[in-house]
Amino acid sequence: MKLFILTFMNGLTLAALYFLVASGFTLVFGLMRNVNLAHGSLYLAGAYIGYTIADATGSWYLGVVAGFVSMALAGVLLQILVFQRMEGQDLRQTLVTIGISIVLADLMLAIWSGTTYQFSPPEWLFGATELPYILGYRSSGEAVYLKYPTYRIALLVAAIAIGVALWLFLNKTRVGTMIRAGVDDRAMLAATGVNVHLIFVVVFALGAGLAGLAGVIGGTALSIAPGEDVRYLLASLVVVIVGGMGSVTGAAIGALLIGLAEQFGLVYSPTYGVVYTFLIMVVALAVRPQGIMGKRA
Amino acid sequence: MSAADDTSRAGGREAAVPPSVVGYILLGTFLLTYPAYASDFFLFQVAAYAMILGIIALSLTFLAGYGGMVSLAQMTIAGLAGYLVAIFGATSATEFGLGWPWWLVVPLAIGLATLASALIGAISVRTEGIYTIMITLAIAVAFFYFTRQNYDLFNGFNGFAGIAPPMLFGVDWRTPLPFYYLTLGVSVAAYVFVLYISRSTFGLSLQAVRDNARRMEALGFNVTGHRIFAWVIAGAIAGVGGVLAVWFNGRISPGTISVGPVIDILVIAVIGGLRRPIGPFLGAIVFVLLENFAIDLIDRERFNTVIGLSFLAIVLFSPDGLLGLWDRLKGRLAQTRPPLS
Repeated sequence: MKLFILTFMNGLTLAALYFLVASGFTLVFGLMRNVNLAHGSLYLAGAYIGYTIADATGSWYLGVVAGFVSMALAGVLLQILVFQRMEGQDLRQTLVTIGISIVLADLMLAIWSGTTYQFSPPEWLFGATELPYILGYRSSGEAVYLKYPTYRIALLVAAIAIGVALWLFLNKTRVGTMIRAGVDDRAMLAATGVNVHLIFVVVFALGAGLAGLAGVIGGTALSIAPGEDVRYLLASLVVVIVGGMGSVTGAAIGALLIGLAEQFGLVYSPTYGVVYTFLIMVVALAVRPQGIMGKRA
Repeated sequence: MSAADDTSRAGGREAAVPPSVVGYILLGTFLLTYPAYASDFFLFQVAAYAMILGIIALSLTFLAGYGGMVSLAQMTIAGLAGYLVAIFGATSATEFGLGWPWWLVVPLAIGLATLASALIGAISVRTEGIYTIMITLAIAVAFFYFTRQNYDLFNGFNGFAGIAPPMLFGVDWRTPLPFYYLTLGVSVAAYVFVLYISRSTFGLSLQAVRDNARRMEALGFNVTGHRIFAWVIAGAIAGVGGVLAVWFNGRISPGTISVGPVIDILVIAVIGGLRRPIGPFLGAIVFVLLENFAIDLIDRERFNTVIGLSFLAIVLFSPDGLLGLWDRLKGRLAQTRPPLS
């Protein structure tokens, strides 16, 4: 039971991380039909830049901000300099993102080398918190509770908060309404006089920024090293395929499924863990090709 | 891109550029006599390697160019064939390898790779267009992680070594000269095969499906069937390439099918040009030459930056790859028609 609860918690925190990465991916895709295969690179670049800033200033919070801001800026640049020039050509855009990810991965290797980096989060996030699950009793009759790393609980809370904020942004604000309208029908949105290009830039900045933010937060929970870009790209791909493109709720559901499957797979059948991820994707495609929360294109 | 625009372009595609007979003869003579003036390095590490990459990329060109399905799983299918050669055949690790004879191992490996390709096809044709890239990439990455963490079947991180082509007719097929002719023969066969298929009834209806799936469906064609069969053909080609690749390398490990090589195949196909089956071979030669000689220009470690930037340049400035550049050049020289858009 203890193993089960720990695995469940690990699955939840991993899902929280996947959600942060995949929600940006799914938003960008839903609105612009742009499969940004450089999304994993944005995650890793955000993590590295965040680390460098946090290391130089000594403030983890500045690192988080740097991860978000730097990647949001990178997203703005990408959208204006590259993707705006080839609008509507989804295959070409995707190929460009592949090229960018190859170059970025190589440049990051050149700058930060193959070393694994580890963030040091602020004091209050260190250590462990007791979960309301009683393992046993001491001889004095005092209950012993199961402990879990505080940082991972904070990660979970942060992801939920960001998810709720994203939901409020998309459903309760004017810009959010425009974005949702754009996901449904780009041409009609443009026809109503909305500056679609500006909306695109905003969404791309938000999506890329979330990837960078996740890079710092995830890099603190785990670690940052070359190859992580591919891991989070795979996670984003599977999460949005399962959850449905363009839906933040779908990304949350997909992330939960994949995160839990990965952790339980790792614990209960170590060498076949990836197979579960794959199977979930296949089943989702077989039953609902558009994804759980996806709409038919 | 509108459907009408697509059909009109496809209509003129095959007829517009008939490969000249003179070109074929010149190229054939050059390839057959190439060993006479090439060193072993250029024979084996450059020419044979480029042709193997070309064969695997050809399977992608077929799927993408004729079927409109851009797959990132071609290296995965080829890698599966390679792994199967190691698992059924003999390797240097005695606890692995069933030691079956080559005439059983090779067809089995290619056959199972073809089957796997058909399955990947069946999964990915449930969605369309850009989704295919995502799904095949997810499959490719998942298979990579699977081979790396599974020790029962795939021997995990280490993979297998000591895989050699069979000694047949008293020839050691792994020495440069025989291996060059072997890959040349297979490449030509694969090239002719794709050309033949593309002009067959199936090939023509596949191209029609690519251009307008709904219209073909309305005409009573089995769109899904055509697409899956295209995956079968591509799987067979990739499987053959995979067997050659594992003989060439003598070893296979998760690194062979990691994201880098998987994307390299796409890079090769796109650099060459997806429009005609000669494209992937062209792209493979450029890729291998860059890989071998870019070190002289820059740091070896930065090869990926060079290849990534070349890829970006091609995608940005010549969507039809080197073949597209060539066509434009020819069009400009001939001045008979406006250059291809």
